[in-house]
Amino acid sequence: MDEALLRTLTPTVIGTLVRRGADFAAAEDAVQDAQVEAVRVWPDDPPRDPKGWLVTVAWRKFLDATRADSSRRRREERIESEPGPGPVEAVDDTLQLYFLCAHPSLTPASSVALTLRAVGGLTTRQIAQAYLVPEATMAQRISRAKRTVSGVRFNQPGDVATVVRVLYLVFNEGYSGDVDLAAEAIRLTRQLAVMTKHEEVAGLLALMLLHHARRPARSGSDGRLVPLAEQDRTLWNTRMIAEGVDVLQAALARDHLGEFQAQAAIAALHADARTVEETDWVQIVEWYDELVRLTDSPVARLNRAVAVGEADGPRAGLAALAELDPALPRHSAVAAYLHERDGDSVTAARLYAEAARAAPNLPERDYLTRQAARLNTQLRSS
Amino acid sequence: MAKYLLLKHYRGAPAPVNDVPMDQWTPDELSAHVGYMRDFAARLEDSGEFVDSQGLSPEGTFVRYDGEGRPPVTDGPFAETKDVIAGWMVIDVETYERALELAAELSAAPGAGGKPIHEWLEVRPFLAAHSTITECTSGG
Repeated sequence: MDEALLRTLTPTVIGTLVRRGADFAAAEDAVQDAQVEAVRVWPDDPPRDPKGWLVTVAWRKFLDATRADSSRRRREERIESEPGPGPVEAVDDTLQLYFLCAHPSLTPASSVALTLRAVGGLTTRQIAQAYLVPEATMAQRISRAKRTVSGVRFNQPGDVATVVRVLYLVFNEGYSGDVDLAAEAIRLTRQLAVMTKHEEVAGLLALMLLHHARRPARSGSDGRLVPLAEQDRTLWNTRMIAEGVDVLQAALARDHLGEFQAQAAIAALHADARTVEETDWVQIVEWYDELVRLTDSPVARLNRAVAVGEADGPRAGLAALAELDPALPRHSAVAAYLHERDGDSVTAARLYAEAARAAPNLPERDYLTRQAARLNTQLRSS
Repeated sequence: MAKYLLLKHYRGAPAPVNDVPMDQWTPDELSAHVGYMRDFAARLEDSGEFVDSQGLSPEGTFVRYDGEGRPPVTDGPFAETKDVIAGWMVIDVETYERALELAAELSAAPGAGGKPIHEWLEVRPFLAAHSTITECTSGG
């Protein structure tokens, strides 16, 4: 039973049904039903043409559902006579699905859920588990999203930027439940990059690959967070890094810089250093300058202060930090780090404890608490 | 999306505006209250924002380990305990403002005289179980 294949085929089959005249919501339901049947039937009786099988079964499911609603009979008779799509249209259909699922009328959470189901081919249960909500809640989120986009014409050109933001959200969710959302985000972004030559899609794909390559080193065996400087770099996935760098270089060569390309460039410079001492912090600061120029994001400014601290010394980093709003998330964590580098363990320990109290997630809180505890233990014994 | 806990207290929260104990309400007022809570949960499920809702008995026991091979030590309930949790609802919403809006709606549940209780609810953000991958570039 090839679940990966089944999921890869999902958007094409939905596209085929829509092209034959089904509306998106009904097509999506029918394909999901067909997938359930495939999971049941394929292990004992694998089809020679999986895609053809899915189209046939999904179309039958769609007709069954439509027939159940007798008022639609006339429309059904009309659409049954229409021809199926050729291979070129299949690519367009999948791209259109990306646009539809990331339509600006949807909230980010709805876009994410709909993308994972209609483009990613995940079941509602899998998506619910990944986002730690009941299946009924996720089912409602998806059906509301489908209602919201029901009036959108399927062949309407969409905005790649909204799609990229949705995929970035999926990637950041990481790993929970039995679905690896980071890997899924990479798969969907890779598929999108084949269909569109947009530089930021390539930039996002490169960023994801470069971050994902470090995942084995990012947490210890006990699940604790391992910061970049302390990671065992032999655990980094060099093949994935090489692919990320290639994708990034091809994008940068087209000379349309965007925030994801800039972030990927920073990740590439980290990946390029065999030891933390070899890190080219001066170039990293330059890329952060670009990123700040492109996004004006406070998070970018905060990370820039860290890079300045490495390139020009902790005092310079603290000076850069002094220009930022202390209420920014992770501000005290960055301040703690720079103060420790500057030799002020007392201030650093206090700020690490403060940062731990403000941490938005458990691994970060544990990491910051451990930093405070380490410094306080040192201070007691000195 | 972010998850929030809406906490309801038996004791420990500031007094509500419509401060009449439930046992002094009429049966119809009680039914109206229960119906409101049920509808509220159903509406949240429909909007894709519902995660969980539970009530707690006011009676609790403190328990602690008492050494290898010994039974656990229990104590309480303590009449003087200031803070007693009555129940909770967990929601998954797009913004903090939305969490406040829903808490306020829950606080408007009808009480004595069919009027909103204006009960104080505590809104607590969840700590995520995992860290975001790309946000803290310098960290990971």
